[in-house]
Amino acid sequence: MSTVTLVAKAKPQLFLEMESVTPDAFAGKKASDIAELPVYEGNTTLRLADFFEVRGDGGTTAADTKIVIKGDATRLKYVGMRMTAGEIEVEGSIDQYVGAWMEGGRIHVHGNTDAFTGVGMKGGEILIDGNAGNYLGAAYRGDWRGMQGGRIHVKGNAGSDIGYYMNGGTIVVEGDVDVHVGSHMDGGRIVIKGNAKSKVGGQMVTGEIFILGTLEVMMPGFIYRKDVDIEVEGVNGKFALFEGDTAERHPKKKGQTVYGRLYLKV
Amino acid sequence: MTEYLIKNGFVFDPVLKLKGEKADVAIRDGKIVETTEVKKPKVIDASGMTVMAGGVEIHAHIAGPKVNSGRIFRPEDKLFNTVPVKKNMRAQGGFSIPTTYKTGYAYAQLGYTTAMEAAMPPLFARHVHEEMRDTPILDEGAYPVFGNNWFVLEYIKNREVENTAAYIAWLLRATKGYAVKSVNPGGTEAWGWGLNCLQVNDPVPYFDVTPDEITRGLIEANEYLGLPHSLHIHGNNLGNPGNYTTTLDTLKAASGQKAKNKFGRETILHHTHVQFHSYGGDKWANFESKAREIIDYINKHKNITADVGFVTLDETTTMTADGPFEYHLSQLNHLKWVNADVELETAAGVVPYVYSPDIFVCGVQWAIGLEIALLAKDPMRVFISTDHPNAGPFTRYPRILKWLMSAKAREEQIKAFKQSDKVVNSSEIAGIDRELDLYEVAAMTRAGPAKCLGLSHLYGSLKPGVDGDVAVYDFNPEKEHTPDQIEKAFSSVKYLFKRGEKIIDNHEIVSHGNKRTLWVDVKVNENLQVMRDIQEKFMKYYTVTLGNYEVHGRHFIPNPFALEVDATR
Amino acid sequence: MTKTVTDVICPFCGTLCDDIEVVLSDDGKKILEVVNACAIGAQKFHHAMAEDRPKKPRMKQPDGTYKEVSYDEAVEYTAQMLANAKKPLLYGWSSTSCEADSIGNEITELCGGCVDNTAAVCHGTTLIALQDVGVPSCTLGEVRNRADRIIYWGCNPAHAHPRHMSRYSIFPRGFFTGKGSQSRKVIVVDPRVTDTAKLADYHYQVEQGRDYELLQAFRTALKGEWLPDTVAGIPKEKIYEGAEVMKSGRFGIIFFGMGVTQSLSKNHNIDAAICLTKELNTYTKFTIMPMRGHYNVTGHGEVLGWQYGFPYSVDISRGYARYNPGDTSTIDLLLRGEVDAFFSIATDPGAHFPIDAVRRISELPSVAVDPFITPTTEVSKLHVPVAFVGIEVGGNAYRMDNVPIDCRKVIDPPEGVLTDEQFLERVLKRIRELKGVK
Repeated sequence: MSTVTLVAKAKPQLFLEMESVTPDAFAGKKASDIAELPVYEGNTTLRLADFFEVRGDGGTTAADTKIVIKGDATRLKYVGMRMTAGEIEVEGSIDQYVGAWMEGGRIHVHGNTDAFTGVGMKGGEILIDGNAGNYLGAAYRGDWRGMQGGRIHVKGNAGSDIGYYMNGGTIVVEGDVDVHVGSHMDGGRIVIKGNAKSKVGGQMVTGEIFILGTLEVMMPGFIYRKDVDIEVEGVNGKFALFEGDTAERHPKKKGQTVYGRLYLKV
Repeated sequence: MTEYLIKNGFVFDPVLKLKGEKADVAIRDGKIVETTEVKKPKVIDASGMTVMAGGVEIHAHIAGPKVNSGRIFRPEDKLFNTVPVKKNMRAQGGFSIPTTYKTGYAYAQLGYTTAMEAAMPPLFARHVHEEMRDTPILDEGAYPVFGNNWFVLEYIKNREVENTAAYIAWLLRATKGYAVKSVNPGGTEAWGWGLNCLQVNDPVPYFDVTPDEITRGLIEANEYLGLPHSLHIHGNNLGNPGNYTTTLDTLKAASGQKAKNKFGRETILHHTHVQFHSYGGDKWANFESKAREIIDYINKHKNITADVGFVTLDETTTMTADGPFEYHLSQLNHLKWVNADVELETAAGVVPYVYSPDIFVCGVQWAIGLEIALLAKDPMRVFISTDHPNAGPFTRYPRILKWLMSAKAREEQIKAFKQSDKVVNSSEIAGIDRELDLYEVAAMTRAGPAKCLGLSHLYGSLKPGVDGDVAVYDFNPEKEHTPDQIEKAFSSVKYLFKRGEKIIDNHEIVSHGNKRTLWVDVKVNENLQVMRDIQEKFMKYYTVTLGNYEVHGRHFIPNPFALEVDATR
Repeated sequence: MTKTVTDVICPFCGTLCDDIEVVLSDDGKKILEVVNACAIGAQKFHHAMAEDRPKKPRMKQPDGTYKEVSYDEAVEYTAQMLANAKKPLLYGWSSTSCEADSIGNEITELCGGCVDNTAAVCHGTTLIALQDVGVPSCTLGEVRNRADRIIYWGCNPAHAHPRHMSRYSIFPRGFFTGKGSQSRKVIVVDPRVTDTAKLADYHYQVEQGRDYELLQAFRTALKGEWLPDTVAGIPKEKIYEGAEVMKSGRFGIIFFGMGVTQSLSKNHNIDAAICLTKELNTYTKFTIMPMRGHYNVTGHGEVLGWQYGFPYSVDISRGYARYNPGDTSTIDLLLRGEVDAFFSIATDPGAHFPIDAVRRISELPSVAVDPFITPTTEVSKLHVPVAFVGIEVGGNAYRMDNVPIDCRKVIDPPEGVLTDEQFLERVLKRIRELKGVK
């Protein structure tokens, strides 16, 4: 695998839009070509080289290209957008839309990410060592087809509206989350190892949400079914299984209504 | 103004009976003229190319409140579907419900120069006009909807044709409308209570009049006034299995009547998007094509026209003044639903829809559209449309031409259906080998709609005296083409002229032209009863005052073009 | 002889009353009386007569004082600011005409900036919800002529939209509602006992921040499903009863306001309210409508809609339109430091925005266009006074139910004062020159 390292050398006045920073765009390019790729600051088009020192050439394909971003990345948006393969490693924290509409490959952020991380994600993996902002793994506005697949793992906390309109894949948050988890969820799995506040699983159709910590307020449309012993994300234990949201329309499978499942650690 | 001479192209023009003969077309002062009348023209070398009049869209939802609801509630329709600002062009966006700028540019790129907005809610006329103003290049008009209007329901119930006609004249002026449109007559008023009128004899709640009576009453009033266009109807029971009998019942309202007008129109009823109205079976499982039953009837009845509403197999956005239908559709596909009922007048609904080639019903709908066009005997009476964006976006017209002009292209699509055998068994598309030629295409997209709209003195042909609207396609009809070459050639016109001005030069848009808004200004005898009724209804039931109802002013209609009708007696 | 202008449109709230009569002095220069308007609306008309209105643009000096400048200088400053910015933000547009809005959009597109209206701080969440689940609605006349179930949720029209209940909802006698208020049942959902709540047949005092749970509980109750004993502080019996009241009508409407759009759950509250409305249509006819605030906030959303496809918070910095509140929305743009120039028109962010956002405006090159001195003009570098739209100049506006009504001019603006349109046209022309486009 070839590694391209971007070392921040100048800070933009505003924010930089960096959708050209993907293994797909870097593959087959020399460092000098990569340096010429466009980045956007508001209405101005600049070159990657204006803000970064570019070290190393891209691999022959996206799959054997790795990008490492060193230095302050808190004003970089859209890094890894629509990437299909390869790797991106961000050594610090980064701004919005990391891995948005991502289809494959792997992103590892050592720090925090801002809102819309993995929005509209189809596949691949995002690992965040710090905290994630709002709309983690959410659908784009108006789309009833949210996260379709892949895995997002946050070691810290996450904001509100995670897994909005989620249809598949997995989101794991080791810390706490803000309100609205898995709203309109229809498939996929969300695991919260810390605590949740309220509005969890609101308007959920199908899919699974696990809460290993506490839940402040349960939605009215969830009915307790039974206690179950299961293992989830390396944790074994007894969970109270609730089904809902009964306010919603639910599909039938073999004559049985399929509900969303909410597991609360007992 | 610059004179142009478009030389040596293969010209297709049903009015001039040119079937691809090499001919020159001259433009002076915005009009087509004899080639001898241009002195120092700029010469456009069209050798090896196809030359036609500018296309005329008879039915599309491109401006107004429901179109904009569609845009606003579908941000995802713009995601990765935008074009940045360019020289001579504003920013563009959207696939199934493009922004107004994109609408104008995209029609022009297909070679179209005129388009009609198919349903204008009268109370929202200002909105429709604001959007048309911001749609560059195209001459446009809009059809106000009448089929569920309380005045019309009451006058028709009382069999008062003069009053119906006087009210139509008044509303056309108040809204700057072009024609009389009727959508799900009676059914949309019933939707005010969550009900519908599925059959032509279902009485409208409270008003106690039937869809059949409404249709006959509107045809009568339309011909009493002698309007340029005929009654333009979207019949009852749209989209349901087995609805073809309702459609035949609707079409029967035209039987035995003749057109009366000074605009050269010979037909009295235009049934729109008949594809959606040609369904057999009694449930989705035994859904089948009844295209032949419908087109046979239209073929035999020369006072009827239709446009098709081809299904293009895309993800799109449905929108119609047929409020109950959109509710019904949202119950079927469970996607987001906009509804907008309009006081005393109409309603509208909007729902996204995915016509998937993997779904049996969508495949049959695709087949029905093509069957109607391929079994049509008179291309001057059956027109190309997608009921944009209902059956698909108008930007797919080149793909429809490919399917109509190439049996091989249809065969490839049939093979690509997931339930290919079922589609073939439920339709007769696989047995049709007819391939339309460009002469027929020119009739279905230009000369036919222009005549039906009463606009053949302006559009639809290259006859000296009409507007200088000319499209030149990089397509040599004497050569063999693969299906995809057909689609590509008609996707981007090489040159386009609108009223003598060059709009597209070598595939690039170079001007926004000077678009006009077409409306129909009808003079009728003073009618005190109708004026009293109008005042009373505004006083008691409307929430805007009568003084604030009429659309006027440059902001809404910067460049009006009124067709005048004298219906005084 | 005094002169009376009839059918005048009130440029205050989204109710957009169009039956106002204004009595003018003999010379037609003074407004003497305003008939039919509510107290706030009448005040708007009288306010136009204020003697202390600035009549020339005012430029802030280094010492914090203002100096009068010419409109030419104001046009030049504004054009330079917008043309030179990397990402200017043009905000407001909700109390001016669609004509002005349209020019503003073109300026934004030409400069590569962001354009946003006041929905960003009130009903933007409504727009997000309708993008997710749609919205079954109607015009206000449908309510007047048909409705027998009126619900006001998280809004207090008695104070914010004073004529709403008498013109459209509770009191009027319409075609199928000849008995007026006697034929209607009124539900109000509000944590407070408001003047609107006092008119209700049923008042649900929902626990603060739990509207989402209550709305979902109504949906659950409609289906006859199990509910916990209380939801959002409301006993379940009351919820089942409310669901029955809604179902049993012939035509119902939910009006909702900032109490649900800007409280916890925001767009989700509206989403649930819309879903409740949709489901009620399986039993009867039901509709829902936002109580839009500024009289033409709806109109700016419509113009943005047909020109770019999105109703607010539109980022055109890259030459094409993008939309994602949280990123492209005004407060976020300001607080995150995403923009480098601020232009405000036809609203008062200085009075409505969080203090950190206002501070940010004061740090940026900034222009405020407003007929009067406002908190916004006082934090901006340049204040451009303009004519009062809807009183001193006409123009199209959209009512809360999206009905377009062409506002009327009643009197002339003070001599020499430009209209929004005229000022924007001149700025656009100058920017075209600066950018070298025709």
